[in-house]
Amino acid sequence: MKKELIKYVIFAVCVLLAPLAFSGNYLMNVLVFVGIHTLLAVALNLLLGYAGQISLGHAAFFGLGAYGSAILSTTYEWNPWLAMLVVALAVGGLAFAIGFPILKLKGHYLAMATLGMGIIVYIVFNEWIDMTEGPSGFSGIPNLELGPLVFDSDFKNYYLVWSFVLGCVLLSVNLANSRIGRAFRAIHDAEVAARVMGVNARLLKVQVFALSALICAIAGSLYAHVMTFIAPPSFGFNISVELLTMVVIGGLGSIYGSFLGALLLTMLPEFLRFMHDYDIVFYGGLLMLMTIFMPGGLVRGIPDLFRKIAGLRNKKGGAHA
Amino acid sequence: MELGNQVLQYLLSGFSTGAIYALIGIGFSIIYNATGIINFAQGEFVMLGGMLTLFLMETLKLPLWAAIPLAVLLATLVGLVFERLAIRPLSKASPISLVIITIGGSILIRGLSMLIWDKDTHALPPFSGDEPIMIAGATVLPQHFWILGITVVLIGLNKWFFNHTISGKAMRACSYNPRAAGLVGIDVRRMVLLSFVISAAMGSLAGIIVAPLTMTSYDVGVMLGLKGFCAAIIGGMSSGIPTVIGGLILGVLESLGAGLISSGYKDAIAFVILLLILFIRPQGLFGKPESERV
Repeated sequence: MKKELIKYVIFAVCVLLAPLAFSGNYLMNVLVFVGIHTLLAVALNLLLGYAGQISLGHAAFFGLGAYGSAILSTTYEWNPWLAMLVVALAVGGLAFAIGFPILKLKGHYLAMATLGMGIIVYIVFNEWIDMTEGPSGFSGIPNLELGPLVFDSDFKNYYLVWSFVLGCVLLSVNLANSRIGRAFRAIHDAEVAARVMGVNARLLKVQVFALSALICAIAGSLYAHVMTFIAPPSFGFNISVELLTMVVIGGLGSIYGSFLGALLLTMLPEFLRFMHDYDIVFYGGLLMLMTIFMPGGLVRGIPDLFRKIAGLRNKKGGAHA
Repeated sequence: MELGNQVLQYLLSGFSTGAIYALIGIGFSIIYNATGIINFAQGEFVMLGGMLTLFLMETLKLPLWAAIPLAVLLATLVGLVFERLAIRPLSKASPISLVIITIGGSILIRGLSMLIWDKDTHALPPFSGDEPIMIAGATVLPQHFWILGITVVLIGLNKWFFNHTISGKAMRACSYNPRAAGLVGIDVRRMVLLSFVISAAMGSLAGIIVAPLTMTSYDVGVMLGLKGFCAAIIGGMSSGIPTVIGGLILGVLESLGAGLISSGYKDAIAFVILLLILFIRPQGLFGKPESERV
C-alpha cells in the first residue's frame, strides 16, 4: 500500500509540475485532451481490465455526459457544476439500470450488445435535432467558473481537467487494491469460482459498470465546457474503439497504464501530422500487433522486453565464456 | 399511394435487404460455429466485395460478369490472409483478445481501403438494367430479383456443402467438439481456415449484389456487418434457415419502421431489436437455452 502511495505522489507531482515545462506551448492544449482521455481510459479499464467485462459503447456515456451538460447549462441555463453533478448521477443511474440485462451477457455477446447501445445513442445525438442540434453540432456552451476564476485558457483548463484525473486515479487505485478490487479480479479470472466464494458477481459487475459510466459522463461534461462546442462524431463507434486501444496498449488492469495509453494515443497524432488519414490504419495495426505480441500492454510488455534482451545477452556471454 | 400498396412496397424491399443480412449473418455463424469467435471484420468482407468489383470494372475495365468472380476471389484471399496472420497466432486467447484482434483487423482493412480508393460513395451498375417492374401496385427493381435469386442459390449450396460433402461434415464435427474431431484425424486448423474462406466469399458476394441498390464506400461494412450479426443472433447463430428468417424479419421490420415511423432512426431499429433479443432470448428466437458448463 505504501508503494502505491509513493507511486501516486510521484504521478501527482509530475502532473502538477508539467505546465512549468509546457506552459504557453500548444502542447498545453493537447495535454488537456490527454487528461480527458485518461479519465475515459481509466474508467474503461476498471470495467475491462479489472472486472474483465468488455464494452464497445463507452463513447455513449462520454457523449451523454457532454450533451447532458451542454443542454442543461446552455438551453436551460442551469449552473454548470450542478448540471455536471446531475448528469453524472443520471448517467451512472442509467448504466446501473441497463447493467443488469447487459452484463448478463458474456464475451463476444457483451461486446456486441454494448456496441449496439453505443450506436443507438449516437443515432439519437444525430436525429434528436430539437435537443442536440443534430449533425451540425451544439455550440455556445459556457466555460466553467469557480467564483472569479473562469476556465477559459488551456492553462486553467489543464488544472481543471487534471484535478479530476488525480481524483479519479486515487479513487481507482484505492478501489483496485481494496476488497472490492480483489473481488473484481476474482470475477475476471473465474466468475463461477468467485460466486462460490460468496462474491455477488452480478451486482459487482453492474456497480463497476455504473461507476465507469459515471466517470465517462464527468469526462464528457468537462469536454463540453472545455471545447464549448460538441458534435456527434466525437462520440461515435470510432471513439469507443480508440478508448479500447488506449486501455489495451497501456495494459489491462493497470491504472497508470491507461494514462500511458491515453498519453501515447493522444500525442502521437500530434507529432505525426502527416499521418492525418493514416491514423485509422495505424490504430488497427497497433491493436492487432499489441494483442499478438504484447498482450500485457506497455506497462508489462516493456519490462518483459528488457528482461528478454538481458536474458539473451547473458546467454550469449555464457556461450562465449 | 394507398397504405396497402405502400406496405407491400416496404415488404418487398425489406425482403431483399433482409436476404443480404441473412447472407452476412450466415458468414458470422459459420466462423462462430467453427471457432467460437465473432468476427468483427465480417462487414469488411462485404465492403471489399463491392469496392473490389467497382475497382476491377473501372480501373481494369473488366466486364461485370468477369469482375464479380474475381472480386469474390480477392476478398476470399483477404479472409485467408486475415485468418493466417491474426487468428491463428491467438488460438488459445481469451474472448476479449479475440474481440480486440478482429476489431483491429476490421479497422485495418477499412483504413487500407480508404487509402487505396477514397472516402466517396460509389454506385455499381445494376446487373440487368433499372427498369422497375410493377407487382400488384408496388414497383420492384430487377436487382431485387438478383438478390433474392442469388441468396436462395447460396443458401442451397451452403446446405449441400455442410450436409453432403466430406469437408462440410468435417467442419460440423469441429463445431461440435474440436478435440474429438482432431482425434479422428480432422485437421481442425484447416477447418478454421476454411470457415474464414467461406464466410469471406459469402460476405463479399452479398456486398456485390447489394451495391447497385445502396451504393458502396470504404465504410459500408460497419453497418452491414452489424445488421448481419443481428440476423445471426435472431437465428441463434445457426448457419441455416433460422438465420435466413432472422435476416428477413430484420429487413422487413427495418423497412416498415423507416417507411412508417422515421427514416432517420432506421438503423436504430436494428439495434433495438438486437438488444431486446440479447436480453430476452440470447439463444435466438428458435434455439433452446443452453446450460452453462463450468
